Amino acid sequence: MQINFEDERPIFVQIADGIEDAILTGAFEESGQIPSITELSVSYKINPATALKGISILVDEGIIFKKRGVGMFVAPGAVSKLRDKRKELFFDHYIKKLIEEAKKLGITNQEILGMVERGYKE
Amino acid sequence: MNGIQINDVTKTFGDTLALNQVSLTFEPHKIYGLLGRNGAGKSTLLNIITNRLFADSGKITIDGLVSVENDMTQGLLYLMSEKNLYPESMTCNEAFKWTKQFFKDFDLDYALNLAKQFKLNTKKKIRSLSTGYTSIFKIITALSVNTPYVLFDEPVLGLDANHREMFYRLLIEKYSDRPFTAIISTHLIDEIASLLEYIMIIKNGEILVNESCESLLRKGYSVTGAIKHVDTFIADKEVIGEDVLGGLKTATIIGSINKHTLPDGIEITNLDLQKLFIKLTNEE
Repeated sequence: MQINFEDERPIFVQIADGIEDAILTGAFEESGQIPSITELSVSYKINPATALKGISILVDEGIIFKKRGVGMFVAPGAVSKLRDKRKELFFDHYIKKLIEEAKKLGITNQEILGMVERGYKE
Repeated sequence: MNGIQINDVTKTFGDTLALNQVSLTFEPHKIYGLLGRNGAGKSTLLNIITNRLFADSGKITIDGLVSVENDMTQGLLYLMSEKNLYPESMTCNEAFKWTKQFFKDFDLDYALNLAKQFKLNTKKKIRSLSTGYTSIFKIITALSVNTPYVLFDEPVLGLDANHREMFYRLLIEKYSDRPFTAIISTHLIDEIASLLEYIMIIKNGEILVNESCESLLRKGYSVTGAIKHVDTFIADKEVIGEDVLGGLKTATIIGSINKHTLPDGIEITNLDLQKLFIKLTNEE
């Protein structure tokens, strides 16, 4: 996970997204423990309130749950929940940008489809 | 009312107006960045809060109690100042023990542990410490006093990059472990920006900015592109700075972005605290 201050997203969103990525790739497993607010704050050098805000998003969405006095854990079923959510965002985050850039470069619809096929093969 | 409340504080030194009717609140358990150029009034403010200087007018309360000549409120505060106030012939060990006499919650074991981490030889006299190690000695004391309010005036002066990182890490650990209010005045803005919850910028003795770091950075953005595109785009916007490099122009704008009306050929970047600070505090 990387925190980038030039990024459009606020830092707390980057923290939430970074943890989501780690869950999707299996770095943090379902029912497994994730780093504490203090650990996150120290390793990314961010204010603990910012880290807490990022984690709270995931707690509200049921991706992370807290066990009092023990720590924070990945909820069972988090991976499929995240996949659904990310699929919904896929069009906005990736396809729109792809088409924007393609239009700038004069790449046609057909050419893009060709590239997508090639990409899947490689 | 908890916190440090500063009401209408004015301070002059001869003809110089160091603070001009400053009003501020520092809330409990938050990390503040007190930013300003040299001579802006940062140290004056910190010194007035801690009774090392007295205001010409105005009032300061700490947890609801008047701060002037009040031992009770002063026991709640610790100022790590640029000046060393310990007798110079004292060793670090003696100074730690002495501090314990004044601040009953001073944690000597923790201080000695930090000294070990920073490789500070506590048998050394304070006088004989280098600039960097004088800062380290003061940082250790400030992190060990356990007062609800700790004021850091230029804490990283003379520290190398490794020691600065250590300080930021220890500050977060300490804050997480035992929340307190930290007010940090520094010129190394980029390094510390992500740690700060609130930003206060002083310019010529007046408060220019007083808000949360996150909302401050959301207040504006920068655009880069060909001069003519940028000029058209910024014509009806509040521009606080412009830079031109060849045919390329970057403008810093206050206001929110409407992504739908963004013309082609213009790139958007976020505000960065240090750049924003420079734009806001540059003398025209």
